[in-house]
Amino acid sequence: MITDMMTPFELYQPSRVDDALALLNRYDKDAWKLAGGNDSFDWFKDRIKRPRAVIDLNGIAELKGVRETADGIEIGALTTLAEIARNPLVRQKYGLLADAARKVGSPQIRNSGTLGGNVAQDTRCWYYRDGLPCHRAGGNTCYASRPTSMNREHAIFGANRCMAVNASDTAPALVALEAKMVIRNPQGERVVEAKDFFIGPSVDITRMTILTPKDLLSAIRIPSKFANAQFYFEKVSDREAFDFALVNVASATIVKGGVIEQSSIACGGVESVPRHLKVVEDVARGERQNDATAKLVGQAAVRGAAPLNYNQFKIVLMQNLVARAIRGA
Amino acid sequence: MSKNKINGGCKSGGGKNRERPGEEDLSLFSSARNKFISRRDFIKGVISSGATIAALGYMPGSPGLSRARAASPGAVERLISLKVNGRTRRVDVLPQETLAMTLRYKLGLTGTKLSCDRGECGACTVLIDDVAHYSCTTLTHSVRNRSITTIEGLEGPSGELHPVQKAFVEELGPQCGYCTPGQIMSAVALLKENPHPTREEILLSMSGNLCRCGSYDHYFRAITRAAQGG
Repeated sequence: MITDMMTPFELYQPSRVDDALALLNRYDKDAWKLAGGNDSFDWFKDRIKRPRAVIDLNGIAELKGVRETADGIEIGALTTLAEIARNPLVRQKYGLLADAARKVGSPQIRNSGTLGGNVAQDTRCWYYRDGLPCHRAGGNTCYASRPTSMNREHAIFGANRCMAVNASDTAPALVALEAKMVIRNPQGERVVEAKDFFIGPSVDITRMTILTPKDLLSAIRIPSKFANAQFYFEKVSDREAFDFALVNVASATIVKGGVIEQSSIACGGVESVPRHLKVVEDVARGERQNDATAKLVGQAAVRGAAPLNYNQFKIVLMQNLVARAIRGA
Repeated sequence: MSKNKINGGCKSGGGKNRERPGEEDLSLFSSARNKFISRRDFIKGVISSGATIAALGYMPGSPGLSRARAASPGAVERLISLKVNGRTRRVDVLPQETLAMTLRYKLGLTGTKLSCDRGECGACTVLIDDVAHYSCTTLTHSVRNRSITTIEGLEGPSGELHPVQKAFVEELGPQCGYCTPGQIMSAVALLKENPHPTREEILLSMSGNLCRCGSYDHYFRAITRAAQGG
């Protein structure tokens, strides 16, 4: 039994966004933004991350809840995954996100875990999480890309010194729905596309998202473009509960008379960002929704994959998941 | 600390106030205005004010160490009230303390188990406002105004077992029993929200609790029994 505790930090529980931003401004790199805590406390208990100040955002009411807007819906970043999974508005029109939220972790994790925390979470590469001085941690090597490395869960695309993948289930769903992320900082507010929110090692190897220490993800806006479209979400992992995806796929397809008019599709677990499959959308547009099209887009989706020693299986897995998503089952 | 001891401490501090009604409490330095200060009073004053200064660092919201923090919106006090099992408990909580730690080591509620301490097993499951949460992954400070229920809080007014607990006994639910409190709390949360769950709903709701003995079938039968009213 573990009887030790996290190392001390100063705890702040502001009730207004402005107070949280003032604290972020004051502590900058020494501050840690706490949402559900499911990931944060692992870092603290393992002594890998030791922030001076922890800013618990759970008391900020304006960061919670699902609201209908003129064009779609807006979800507060601190809304729990359980609430998103059962919210009638989300389920009815944007079921893709509800399906993705329902696949995260376990019931207890979804009860405390938030949408903002899920998309902003750090990578699961265990070499990195064990505190090894890899590229991502500021060192000059990658422990996952050596011949004997255990890299079954690592990237098959876009590796640049770092082989880690984005582990979020909701991130591919947000990319597929063309969501917009609302970011606030002491200077003001900005809105970025979900696909630009996530960044790879070639942009900044130490971060998974464009959020800087002073930035606060306040809300996620989902436009009505794909409301009530044909949705498909599937996650393949070693265990049903608790586990992160080996590969997951999220797609929104608009079909008219058996012909794919428009599709939007993203895969998680294959790259350091949710992989937005533009090529699939181009290949599928105007094609009949059938097995032949599915096979074609599956092949197109994995073109250019560069697997490591133990993750070749992800190529076939991704190919099949994309094919299923476009076929609709 | 006994009640007598607390009263005794107050009495010695209040002695001077009785002599000078209406005057502010005397510190060491203001008492120097008194021309007739005795050697004994002076030494007593030095000792008590020294103790006060030394103790300041440990006092919540005290000046000195935490002055900067107290001025910030959202800074937390260490001495808080928790609503646990229908009772309000005063407890001194560190900023980085998890609810599992507070329940087990500050409030003596050791029915809540710690196993992985990483939100990966479910042994520490408790109800927060009737919803199942991992108490190892919850900061105590974040549940200040919420209602917490642990396995100890399930018993009836005359100490009888909760229907879910009875069903777990009837179906020989536990084997080693370590994960059982967490399993029961998850089951209670499920039945509160959904008194007549389907097979799939039970399996989904219990998927956040691991059992290394593999008594999943026993637990499943127990929950089915509890849902049918024992």
